[in-house]
Amino acid sequence: MTALTQSLALARETASVRKGPSKGLDRAFQAASLGSALLVLLVLAGILGSIIYGGWPAFREFGFGFITSSAWNIGTEQYGALVAVIGTLASAFLALLIGVPISLGIAIYLTQLCPGWARKPVSMTIELLASVPSIIYGMWGLFIFAPLFARFVQTPVSNVFEGLPIVGSLLYARVPSGVGILTAGIILAIMIVPFVASITRDMLDQIPTVLRESAYGIGCTTWEVVRHVLVPQASVSIIGAVMLGLGRALGETMAVTFVIGNANRLSASIFDPGSTIASRIANEFNEADGMQLNALMALGCLLFVITFIVLIIARLLTRRAKLA
Amino acid sequence: MDARNPILATAPAAAYPPRANRVRPGRRVADKILIAGSTLATIIGIVVLGSILLMLIVEGIKGFSPMIFTQPTPGPGSEGGGIANAILGSLVLTVIGIVIATPVGVMAGTYLAEYGRNSRLADLIRFLNDILLSAPSILIGLFVYTLMVRPMGTYSGWAGGVALAIIATPVIVRTTEDMLRLVPSQMREAGVALGAPPSHVIKSVTWRAASAGIVTGILLALARIAGETAPLLFTALNNNSWFNANLLGGIPNLPVMIYQFALSPYQNWQSLAWAGALLITVTILALSIVARLVIKDTRAR
Repeated sequence: MTALTQSLALARETASVRKGPSKGLDRAFQAASLGSALLVLLVLAGILGSIIYGGWPAFREFGFGFITSSAWNIGTEQYGALVAVIGTLASAFLALLIGVPISLGIAIYLTQLCPGWARKPVSMTIELLASVPSIIYGMWGLFIFAPLFARFVQTPVSNVFEGLPIVGSLLYARVPSGVGILTAGIILAIMIVPFVASITRDMLDQIPTVLRESAYGIGCTTWEVVRHVLVPQASVSIIGAVMLGLGRALGETMAVTFVIGNANRLSASIFDPGSTIASRIANEFNEADGMQLNALMALGCLLFVITFIVLIIARLLTRRAKLA
Repeated sequence: MDARNPILATAPAAAYPPRANRVRPGRRVADKILIAGSTLATIIGIVVLGSILLMLIVEGIKGFSPMIFTQPTPGPGSEGGGIANAILGSLVLTVIGIVIATPVGVMAGTYLAEYGRNSRLADLIRFLNDILLSAPSILIGLFVYTLMVRPMGTYSGWAGGVALAIIATPVIVRTTEDMLRLVPSQMREAGVALGAPPSHVIKSVTWRAASAGIVTGILLALARIAGETAPLLFTALNNNSWFNANLLGGIPNLPVMIYQFALSPYQNWQSLAWAGALLITVTILALSIVARLVIKDTRAR
């Protein structure tokens, strides 16, 4: 009898203990996490789809000429992307030209030269530069940098080079207002420096200290260690970091809109105002209608293609470096 | 740590002072140029940040008054006014963005770290997420415009919130995944050995272990979207008065307000733009510093 009750009680107890959480909830949780992950895919596809859908009429109307035409006439409904595409590429190229040496310098300073106590605050300062909103860079560029730039760079340089072939047209400011493609390039350079510098610093930090120490041990100077030991080790990932910076520079909107001058003019001078794809969309989209809207969407499409090629290359390069 | 020290330390102590003879001049020059160049680059970086902060503080404090927290933005040509509506609008938009992005981002990051791991689908999503992370934000604005503003027929706070959510999600996905991957697998195994189903292990073991890191990711995403302007231009737009409770129509917000007011000819608009810029930058810098401190705390533990 007691044995029976005991076994009954035991059975009841095990039954209550073994009542695990329901399988359904577990499945639902997994499905929810998979769904969220797929949503990321869906959003990217949606961005591409919506821009192609919006820009399609413009591509159909103007064909390949959309890319090679420099017209942007709202009255006659003639639109071409050339000025904006060149402005985008030129300002991003200038940004790399100025920004990459500075970023590498900062990364080398932080990993090789900086005294231990200053490392933390200096790298924190550089990283904080990355979190300043782009509109603040735009205001700084327009209100602080542009007047100084016009007065101390544009005017004297224009005066010196005026009339000379090539440099004369490349560095001549018709109206030294301080805004233009070069100013946009400089502001973009300042914006990409924190990214490129911090990624490069991480890559340099990953290189085994033994390599550096042995190079110093055979009497190398800092320059030789950097040139022959560190750079070859990290070169692929540094190029990846630079491409990431390029992707940012190509798509940056607000800071560029402030300082580029927003002119639809093809000019040989980098001191002259121009426009980029992003700045043109930001300026005109809200008032656009009909074909202009489609043309702006088509511009967005071009921007999508350009930046995504750059970003894919960047990710592939940084990824391969991680595996190696 | 500092591998350069031995050279410096031995140089003055060496018995033969003419060091120039031992080192070929070209090598020394290259070295000096490198050191000078990289120090200069760092100084430029610090000077630029200092100059931006100085500009914000000087100009922002000029425009600062208690009124900016109580009055809505003034119309063109009128006197005084504040930015209270823009502050509130920005808060609402950011909250909508982060409320949408947090569950999606954390769940997607959980999928990548716990379920998908190294499967082909997970690799693809990870790759595309990294691309979305640095996609031009203006394209996200165009997408949300086509997705929400045009069908709804009006600019709205919802569209702005969704645009911000799309920007915040990849940040949260990335940090969540990274942080979950740092959790030692023994902890998961211990949970599974107790008979807990995977979802339970994730919820009460891995998430708990990585909670500080996930919070950091959310804070970083907040800092990222708080200052975003480009995607709001075509989604939330702006507005010079208080907004409807249903968030339809233009929603005033700080970034677009700063953009419009800074470029305006009115003196009081410009000073309001500076005050807004100071406010938003200080908030964002504070958020990023707090996020860094949270990370440091967990690492120390």
